[in-house]
Amino acid sequence: MSTPTLFGLFGAAAAGLGLYGLIVNPQPLRKILGFNLLGSGAFVFFGVVARRGAAAGFGADPVPQAMVITGIVVAFSATAMAVALLLRLFQATGSATLHVDASPAAGEATSDA
Amino acid sequence: MPHPAPVLDAVTTAGGFLLVLSLVVPVAGVLLAFAAGGRHVERIAPLTMALGLPIAVAIALTMQQAGGPLVYLLGGWSAPLGVTLRADGLSAVMMVITAVVICAVGVFARAEFRTPDGLIEARAPFAFWILLLAVWGALNTVFLAGDLFTLYVALELLTFAAVPLVSLDGRAETLTAALRYVLFALLGSILYLVGTALLYGAYGTLDIVLLSHRIRADPATLAAASLMTVGLLAKTALFPLHLWLPPAHAGAPAPASAVLSALVVKGSFFIVVRLWFDVMPGLPGPAAAQLLAALGAAAIVVGSVVALRQERLKLLIAYSTLAQIGYLFLMFPLAFDPISGQLQRGGALTGGMLQAISHATAKAAMFMAAGLIYAALGHDRIAGLAGTARALPLSVLAFGLGGVSLMGVLPSGAYLAKKLLLDAAAATGQWWWAVVMQAGGLFTTSYVVLVLAHALWPTDDPVELRAPVPRLREAAALSLALCSLALGFAALGPLPHATLSNPFAPGELWSALVVVLGGGLLAICLGRRLPRVAAAGVVRAVGRPVRRAAGAVAELLERADGVLREWPVAGLSLLVLVIAFGITMALGRWR
Repeated sequence: MSTPTLFGLFGAAAAGLGLYGLIVNPQPLRKILGFNLLGSGAFVFFGVVARRGAAAGFGADPVPQAMVITGIVVAFSATAMAVALLLRLFQATGSATLHVDASPAAGEATSDA
Repeated sequence: MPHPAPVLDAVTTAGGFLLVLSLVVPVAGVLLAFAAGGRHVERIAPLTMALGLPIAVAIALTMQQAGGPLVYLLGGWSAPLGVTLRADGLSAVMMVITAVVICAVGVFARAEFRTPDGLIEARAPFAFWILLLAVWGALNTVFLAGDLFTLYVALELLTFAAVPLVSLDGRAETLTAALRYVLFALLGSILYLVGTALLYGAYGTLDIVLLSHRIRADPATLAAASLMTVGLLAKTALFPLHLWLPPAHAGAPAPASAVLSALVVKGSFFIVVRLWFDVMPGLPGPAAAQLLAALGAAAIVVGSVVALRQERLKLLIAYSTLAQIGYLFLMFPLAFDPISGQLQRGGALTGGMLQAISHATAKAAMFMAAGLIYAALGHDRIAGLAGTARALPLSVLAFGLGGVSLMGVLPSGAYLAKKLLLDAAAATGQWWWAVVMQAGGLFTTSYVVLVLAHALWPTDDPVELRAPVPRLREAAALSLALCSLALGFAALGPLPHATLSNPFAPGELWSALVVVLGGGLLAICLGRRLPRVAAAGVVRAVGRPVRRAAGAVAELLERADGVLREWPVAGLSLLVLVIAFGITMALGRWR
């Protein structure tokens, strides 16, 4: 098995685990971690693409690497924002769950029929 | 690559610097406002808007004069090495509408997000103005990006600017809504990113023009196309991937809801259009286009029925957005040309984009009007709206005009859009989408009529207003509603495919009457809360069994909506859709 294939398989495994966690796990923090795992899988896959896309005799194609770096920055900011929201939610309610699906428009309680 | 390199976009066209300006101005506004801080934000934001609106208009005018797309090569490097900014007709129209809506929201929000002298500066106004400009900059990037990776970055910028807008007031419900929104949007963007990686691996470029010449129907490309499409659908909140939309759009402050509903969902929708029409017009095939429109049809039915069952005005408008998003996707099978096997730019695309911009203006007006009603009454319960029309005539008028222009009566943009789409349906022999469109018009009418009936219902005790409503805010909402209503006049100018017929011709009057009556009937059958006297009189006329049966159907749809909006179910639907789009695209090739 060649190295790129091996890398690709590991990327796919990471992405699969992340996807599973993101969809199935009810806790928001684990969902955020799942997203990071999924993102890492995607970035490894991008690296494999860089290796295979090297057409003109370079060691690797630099464009996907630049994209991966951009992607990592984006994923980092996304994680930071999600964690910040989660912390505020925890401060506001004392628990952190996504299950509160009450009517979001604030106002008085419905009194009239 | 064996393909000959197409000699396209090799130079920056005259007026190309305008494209750079349209990105630099909002971003500079964001940075300046962030650095200056505090009260200065409220001065920098209007200044940025005053600069940005003329730039958007100038781009549209320059493009019309040049008769072709405007191109700017960053640093003079052409694709595949460089990054290209490109504005075609679609981008120009979307940029102008975005600028108009952002400016109207800016006028509307001045009273709400203001820090008068002597008051301690709060965080919400500071964040709101910066995020508003950031949404604008991100949207302009979406409209101008010439390659798929820049589109990815623009999409993420848009999400990062939009999510905090949801939770500006910091209440627990809105924080939950924002968290759901960001997590699901990230899932969508990762799918999109994997798709770009696959495309880059196969073709060595992500430039839209270069890709459109090289694209082949091999498995990797099909997988990429289906991943990217579904990722974007998750961000657009097309049914059944809409779990985040209702709480986020209904919970945000009114100006933020207006931006989110009118513009932010259009960003990812625009990328779907780019992908299907510009990058890979020959790839999706008829079956995938039918699947996309079928999701749209389901969105129309479920969104409208659940909207009719809502107790609160803002949630009703949020579900109406869900239904209207579905309407936008009906154009894909209608634009498919069976002879060339490609999606063609033509009447259907024009109609779809016209629908998008008239929804943008109308929905912003409706959310603004709902915000004014909420601020004045202290609640937005639909059942408690009686007498509002007398107390707040201009706000209710803005809501009504916005709603009427969504219904698709003359001379609104939605009317023209519907006509273009119906013509395309007739020309391609796809009568079933014509039926869906007419039904969609009826459903839209039903929830608008329901709200207006409540608001216009006379009441004995006058409505007490908590606070006076500033005229300027009402004017901002009303002007957007009028803008949407007047969009049909585009037929007289820039739209070659359309003709505006005489609005007083018997046929037109007859069809308008049918729409209003049918919509009213639907509202009576399916509405949860009817005005009191109407409930007594009309219900007896219609018959209790009918209303009970309709109520049972509506309840079933409501329950289905609730299940689909649970996280694991939505995640599974996402995966199922990826596979379904992959299969339909592959089938479309082999037939």
